Amino acid sequence: MRLLRMKPGHGEVVIAEGDVEVPEQERELVEAFRAQLDAGMWAAVPTTGSGGRREAELVRSFEEVPREAERVIFFPRAAGGGR
Amino acid sequence: MILALSACVVVVVALLWEVIAPQFTLWRSRRRAGRRRIGPVVEYDPGRERRAEQRARNLVRSCVNDEEWAMYRDLGFLRVWGRCARGPGDGEGEGRRGAPYAYLIYPHKPIIAFVPQTGQLLSEYCVEFPDLDRPYGSARLPDSDDVLAKWMALTGDERRLIASANMHLPGRQVDPVAVRRDLWRLGRWEQARIQREQTDAGSVSA
Repeated sequence: MRLLRMKPGHGEVVIAEGDVEVPEQERELVEAFRAQLDAGMWAAVPTTGSGGRREAELVRSFEEVPREAERVIFFPRAAGGGR
Repeated sequence: MILALSACVVVVVALLWEVIAPQFTLWRSRRRAGRRRIGPVVEYDPGRERRAEQRARNLVRSCVNDEEWAMYRDLGFLRVWGRCARGPGDGEGEGRRGAPYAYLIYPHKPIIAFVPQTGQLLSEYCVEFPDLDRPYGSARLPDSDDVLAKWMALTGDERRLIASANMHLPGRQVDPVAVRRDLWRLGRWEQARIQREQTDAGSVSA
């Protein structure tokens, strides 16, 4: 699993990478995940649904991330604009 | 002798004052304003921005399906079908039996809600994803990252995104004429795509 973060002026960067089946690597992933949420990021897991339908799943904790997910993408939380 | 020395001292003091006074005034005004010196400014690098946009486009391509990617590549926007049963922001749950409305996602522009059957524009949802870390002096994501963030938020939790946005009537920020033209372009694009697929299928079966 890879944790990616969108970044202005750069595109996505890899925050952490590891195998969730390896406890030590999973712990590192969980810590990196929490750090991103604490920094105010939203986390999304791109998925492929039935019939090849592509969508994303917004997750609020590492436990909500499907074990088989290949990547989690973090992006800044939405804020109302254009007032 | 004393008179001449005094005159010299007066002239020197006057000249020094001319040099020192502006610096002193500047220092005093800074001190009063409590302003800190501005750190080194990161210069705008078009190459870096272009590389960032290319990475972002690759990420979009890896997340959406082929049709959506082709739509974004050819037209510059994405269409996402609405899922709330009675319109954008409806809290009554999701309904996938027929989409009564859809959204157009543009980079760094409001999300436009519209009725696909009639082309009627419903509203603009102004939403941003500012990165407060400002890694290169800007809080603005690359264009395609902005589009992907909207796409992920809409497909992942439509109500949460709509609740975060500022809703306005159509025409507040995006020209309705331009949106209708884009809807017309989208219709033509879909027709051409269907025809191309039928032609390809016919040539394969023949």
